[in-house]
Amino acid sequence: MADSEVLHAEHRLEYPYSRSTGPVIGAFLTALRDGRFLGATGSDGRVIVPPTEYDPITSDDVGELVEVGPGGVLESWAWVSHPLRKHPLQTPFAWGLIRLDGADTALLHAVDAPGPEALASGVRVTARFRPADERIGSMADVEAFVVGGGAA
Amino acid sequence: MSDETTDPGPVTTLATPIRLDFEFTPGVAQSKFLRGLERGEFLGQRCATCGKVYVPSRGSCPTDGVPTTEDVLLGNSGTVTTYCVVNVPFAGQSIEIPYICAQILLDGANLSFMGLIQEIPTDQIRMGMRVEAVWVDEAELTPSLASVRYFRPNGEPDADYETYKEYL
Repeated sequence: MADSEVLHAEHRLEYPYSRSTGPVIGAFLTALRDGRFLGATGSDGRVIVPPTEYDPITSDDVGELVEVGPGGVLESWAWVSHPLRKHPLQTPFAWGLIRLDGADTALLHAVDAPGPEALASGVRVTARFRPADERIGSMADVEAFVVGGGAA
Repeated sequence: MSDETTDPGPVTTLATPIRLDFEFTPGVAQSKFLRGLERGEFLGQRCATCGKVYVPSRGSCPTDGVPTTEDVLLGNSGTVTTYCVVNVPFAGQSIEIPYICAQILLDGANLSFMGLIQEIPTDQIRMGMRVEAVWVDEAELTPSLASVRYFRPNGEPDADYETYKEYL
């Protein structure tokens, strides 16, 4: 290599973290692997999705886990015209806050839609899960939400 | 093919790897250092104001804030100023434990840098030990610190504490 040539090098900084899920998040992820959503019942009766391990008001353990979704309402959204490599979809999509049927809080996930004109706050969406043999117990087990799915 | 499915059990852990890919372009001074490694040499730079020799040089003196323009060829030997024996395994570890990680002050330099020490039992490392660089084969030299395989004792008597006490 000639000394006049500008040096450059590819570097990769990588950490192989794994986290313990605990009983509540673990149950939520286990349900995702089964193709279902679970929420946690808070002290005020609200259903929190994704569930927290502790009650956001009293800090006690949350109550019963209940099934919610897979349909819901798109509360708000932001269109991503140019997805990045690490985004869940490689075609233009929306980040959406989705309140699943039976839930009182919204869940952040990707919404796969043909364009921003297909979306509006209040539209019905439903989860599109990956095939069962590809699900591992991760938020990515839900490939995306899609518009439709009918009323609750 | 059985029609019974194996229950994988509840999810208890979640893999959350993080990764940063980036491209590094060294400046003029660091490129000189790296080109030196490609020749099997340690090349530093001297500050014209304070006279200190930095290796690897960043191209300026951090004390005086002036460009370091004089290139200085340093020796292949140096002095261990301080060290750490690594006994703890960790993910991605590429060297068999236990091993010694030392700050090495090259002869002619006024800045130490970190190096791997080999060819010595870990309980025999000490401050002031004289060491020398062991390079990869000539055909494998690259503009990278990977050209230095490790440092090993060079057989000289230990350096006097007074000669490196400023570099701890």
